[in-house]
Amino acid sequence: MFRLTNQPINLDDLVGYVTDPEAGAIATFIGTTRNNNEGRKVIALDYEAYPEMAEKELARIGDDAKQKWQICRMAIVHRLGPVQIGEASVIIVVSSAHRDAAFAACRFAIEEIKKTMPIWKKEVYEGGEVWIGTQTGQRLNPS
Amino acid sequence: MKVRVKFFAILRERAGASEVEKEIAVGSTVADLWRQLQKDYPKLDVPGIRLLYAVNRDYVNMDQKLNDHDEVVFIPPVSGG
Repeated sequence: MFRLTNQPINLDDLVGYVTDPEAGAIATFIGTTRNNNEGRKVIALDYEAYPEMAEKELARIGDDAKQKWQICRMAIVHRLGPVQIGEASVIIVVSSAHRDAAFAACRFAIEEIKKTMPIWKKEVYEGGEVWIGTQTGQRLNPS
Repeated sequence: MKVRVKFFAILRERAGASEVEKEIAVGSTVADLWRQLQKDYPKLDVPGIRLLYAVNRDYVNMDQKLNDHDEVVFIPPVSGG
């Protein structure tokens, strides 16, 4: 399962999805929205994606992970639209026969998401907002 | 020939549009299209921005040649996770 959602992501549902009788491990990664960034107080976040390509990219990341490690099942769900502080913006779950593969695939997936998934986060502060870009670390104002 | 361009995030705000159709010369590349769009929408010229390029939902280089009806997206720095 590789998809975007406007709704809060349910971890239990995803763990259920990857549960597999051949698995001896399930690893999960939850990215959560922080209330601060570089000394500024963040009051809200908003994600915008190129949805068709973003979901395709998540599926590509899943395929690559399955090539690299022996994985039973895998799911990645990423939020779109406004996300409250402290909520999960992304959840990755991987099941595998042995724990090393599940841990490694989780780590791989979040690093790939941050490099190549066409999705953008706008942070709203008191008195301003900014699109965050991790390719260069640059911070760009909207106008 | 015509291509469809979609704008997202900072480029959508700067262009003031989510999607445009653009008439371009046969043989134009992604880089050619970007130069023309910057003339149409001068605010797209964001100093120091590093873009990635997608044609029909695959990443490409900027010297990729375009075809009629391609969907082209200029991808500003991503920030998922």
